[in-house]
Amino acid sequence: MSKILIIAEHLDGKLNSSTARCVSAAIAAKPDSIDVLVLAADAASIASDAARIEGVSKVLTLSRTENAHALAAILAPQIAAIAGNGYSHVFAPSTTFGKDLAPRVAALLGVAQVSDIMTVQAARTFQRPIYAGNAIITVEAPASGIVVATIRTASWPAAANGAASAPIEAANADVSLPTHTRFVELSQGKSDRPDLQGASKVISGGRALGSAESFEIIYKLADRIGAAVGASRAAVDAGYVPSDLQVGQTGKIIAPELYVAIGISGAIQHLTGIKDAGTIVAINKDAEAPIFEIADYGLVGDLFKIVPELEAALAT
Amino acid sequence: MKILVGYKRVVDYNVRIQVKPDGSGVVTDGVKLSANPFDDIALEEALRLREKGIASEVVVVTIGPANAQAHIRNGLAMGANRAIHVVTEDAIQPLTAARAMLKLVDKEQPGIVILGKQAIDDDCNQTGQMLAALWDRPQATFASKIEISANVARVTREVDAGLETIEVDLPAVITTDLRLNEPRFIKLPDIMKAKSKPLETIAFADLGVESGDHLKTTRHEAPAKRSKGVMVKDVGELVAALRAKGLV
Ligand SMILES: Cc1cc2nc3c(=O)[nH]c(=O)nc-3n(C[C@H](O)[C@H](O)[C@H](O)COP(=O)(O)OP(=O)(O)OC[C@H]3O[C@@H](n4cnc5c(N)ncnc54)[C@H](O)[C@@H]3O)c2cc1C
Ligand SMILES: Nc1ncnc2c1ncn2[C@@H]1O[C@H](COP(=O)(O)O)[C@@H](O)[C@H]1O
Repeated sequence: MSKILIIAEHLDGKLNSSTARCVSAAIAAKPDSIDVLVLAADAASIASDAARIEGVSKVLTLSRTENAHALAAILAPQIAAIAGNGYSHVFAPSTTFGKDLAPRVAALLGVAQVSDIMTVQAARTFQRPIYAGNAIITVEAPASGIVVATIRTASWPAAANGAASAPIEAANADVSLPTHTRFVELSQGKSDRPDLQGASKVISGGRALGSAESFEIIYKLADRIGAAVGASRAAVDAGYVPSDLQVGQTGKIIAPELYVAIGISGAIQHLTGIKDAGTIVAINKDAEAPIFEIADYGLVGDLFKIVPELEAALAT
Repeated sequence: MKILVGYKRVVDYNVRIQVKPDGSGVVTDGVKLSANPFDDIALEEALRLREKGIASEVVVVTIGPANAQAHIRNGLAMGANRAIHVVTEDAIQPLTAARAMLKLVDKEQPGIVILGKQAIDDDCNQTGQMLAALWDRPQATFASKIEISANVARVTREVDAGLETIEVDLPAVITTDLRLNEPRFIKLPDIMKAKSKPLETIAFADLGVESGDHLKTTRHEAPAKRSKGVMVKDVGELVAALRAKGLV
């Protein structure tokens, strides 16, 4: 019998769509039940959002003040305790939240962890990328023991909301929590733009933009079509944009319907973050740039001429 | 305070990885091997903490095959005081690596263990978190800034929403992100000097690490290829194509 426990990701009282993507992966494992666990200072409203996701059997809540911020050292022992109640799998999204948390849970349970599940072949058999997505491996978890895994969110659609709501129950994890880890602050770039990980359109800029000021033309173009903004590592390292815009192997892995790479060469570490995009457009002055190998539409030329033209053309 | 640094050898990030035709693995014969880039960053950070007088000793740890000696010497040449080489010819998965590291932690009693956030071969992103759990100590993953005062590390972390700052009591495990620092280059004379630095080798079997709980890899395959599209001649043609697809 398999019972899957999904750890809900949320911020500022809002459920992240990564949770519904984990539900899709869980459904693919054909379990007997799928429960979602919400750990928060006050889990009520997040839980009622999670309860609406189609495929969810039950939502469990652990509301306590220590859970106000997602600190792995504090959440992991509670999750390990709940997982011990007969769960066969624990899934978390492969976002920075899940990547930080899941291995800590796995180690407490004394089991290996599967990172970045792309496909579910059977309840304990999965495909995952290695070497920046240059190879895909099939891995089997041991026949016994809980399977702890992170779900590569770009590989899975978000499960839709259903007609009915799943029941919500307060759970109980009787464990002592450490005080050795304390939240200080979260500094977020305030923006009305769509979230990079969920956006259907993304416009990214690379090293070629040359400065934070010049990068403004990328923001302008993105705003014109309601796109999120991304960047290459080089653009982040150079300080043109904040680190949470980095797309790639070690940044965000995304799958928008439209991805536009501007002044980005197309290093393998960048490409692995975008290869599930629907349509890829590349603008680069070097006709030999590797980005053109995977672009659906390529345009060779100077971005400082092309981008304003493109913005104007899209305004009409 | 002593700092233990994870220093894994991996296929260099510039190598074009090829999957073997029979699906049994990727081609590693004759390819360039280097330190995991995140581990170079981990070592650099440890050296800076020593240069600031916060750390007194930096120890690099490699769990890997007997022929990884030259790699370990690079860590010593970069500036580590000494090295521990846990020798095994098997590929070590994160849970086992964390269990092995815990044995070394018990022996060495470091104030901080700095690992990379992920090894760029397995892309697991697990070992640091697992070590922290097994050790029952704090973790500060994906660090882009580390400040140590008294017995507390204040760490800025690169998270999806932006930059998060947390405080952890020491001892603790910290894992590095790309923006933490820029690793120094190894200088030729330092390679000579490194030859006389202490390098302890321990057979993996002698560490007494419990085995099991491995994932079994049954198949390797090349990723699905995206086919090359078309080149458009100007902005007008591009916009027309995107409009035809309903994308803009
Ligand atoms: C461990 C590790 C992890 C990494 N992780 C990531 C990651 O997650 N994401 C990531 O993106 N990278 C990552 N990288 C870095 C990656 O290898 C590349 O260095 C990086 O992606 C290059 O960024 P870029 O394309 O912006 O810059 P460049 O490679 O310098 O390319 C700039 C491009 O702009 C073009 N150009 C210049 N001027 C103009 C102009 N006026 N108009 C039009 N085009 C112009 C050039 O022809 C060139 O193709 C990682 C590297 C390592 C070692
Ligand atoms: N065999 C190893 N030898 C030394 N350090 C390792 C080894 N395996 C993992 N590590 C450390 O753990 C980090 C994360 O690895 P991983 O969990 O495999 O992505 C690496 O960046 C290293 O610092």
